[in-house]
Amino acid sequence: MAKVVARPDLSFWESVYFIEIFKGLATTLGHAVRNLARPEGFQTLDYPEEQPRLPRDYRSQHRLMKRPDGESRCVACYMCSTACPARCISIVAEESPDHHIEKRPAKFEIDLLLCVFCGYCVEACPCDAIRMDTGKAVIVGDSRAGFVIDKAKLLDWNPADYPAEDLRSQEAPGGSRNAEARAALKSGTHH
Amino acid sequence: MTFKPVPAAVPEVSLGDAFVTTRADAVVNWARRNSLWPFPFGTACCAIEFMGTVSSMFDLSRFGAELVRFSPRQADLLLIAGTVTYKQAPILRRIYDQMLEPKWVIAAGACATSGGFYDCYCTVPGIDEIIPVDIYIAGCPPRPEAFIEAVYQLQQKIGTESVAARKAVGA
Repeated sequence: MAKVVARPDLSFWESVYFIEIFKGLATTLGHAVRNLARPEGFQTLDYPEEQPRLPRDYRSQHRLMKRPDGESRCVACYMCSTACPARCISIVAEESPDHHIEKRPAKFEIDLLLCVFCGYCVEACPCDAIRMDTGKAVIVGDSRAGFVIDKAKLLDWNPADYPAEDLRSQEAPGGSRNAEARAALKSGTHH
Repeated sequence: MTFKPVPAAVPEVSLGDAFVTTRADAVVNWARRNSLWPFPFGTACCAIEFMGTVSSMFDLSRFGAELVRFSPRQADLLLIAGTVTYKQAPILRRIYDQMLEPKWVIAAGACATSGGFYDCYCTVPGIDEIIPVDIYIAGCPPRPEAFIEAVYQLQQKIGTESVAARKAVGA
């Protein structure tokens, strides 16, 4: 059964039309005056000066986690590049000098233009070697070649940039507790 | 305000204080970069983010680029936000050709810049296959701040251009 939608007739003052127009303009002008009187209430984010607050688990540019000796945790297993729907990760493996570890990446490149920031690489990684928590979400440039980031750039991050109470960042080797891990490595309790 | 002493050999000195001298490039580039009129070629979700960029929260008009035009004749900034298929490519090329010089192009998001995960028979792997691109934005979709950053970087780029030199299409 069809639903009948009531169409109320306009009152005399509404059908005059101009009054309603000016009521609309008064609403807009009211907002403008209110904002001028109270500039701190502005909704606008003054972007370059004022940075947006991103959550800690916001998926942004990648980084590679490190071992206590500063090497990448990556064992070149190709799990991330296999899981990647955009195929933006290219890895070339080589033999690792560490006898406990079979392989390491000779080349680890991510094409950020191809990347769709889905986070599947982080999910797939068995070593917690790749994370997407750098908070660098504004990636702009004028050449496509500049968007390909290599292993050195992925490993170039500072533990001080990540909050000390963030266990995901700091308890893993490479964080601010790197020194403890290195001591454990030397004393032989680290395996 | 103090001015640096100008060598007497400079002819402008003889004009006195009544004139302000500048280069034509500086004036024209100032006008061009502060009044970009974008044509949003929005074919997918990146266009939704661009709507946010021109809205009050991010307010692209702070950079003079909020006057969105849907006629290529009136626009000088082509903003490709979304997937461009091979069927859509001739349309995009025609819109680019219809725009008047000077014109600039921003490619936003994974699809427009590189094809993204559409590694298939129907998607253009990056619109720089068919038109020249000035600024690329990574992201799927990029945040509104990235659009602002792209407009800002394009403004810097326009500032380095010369009025006399014609922009070579396809360069």
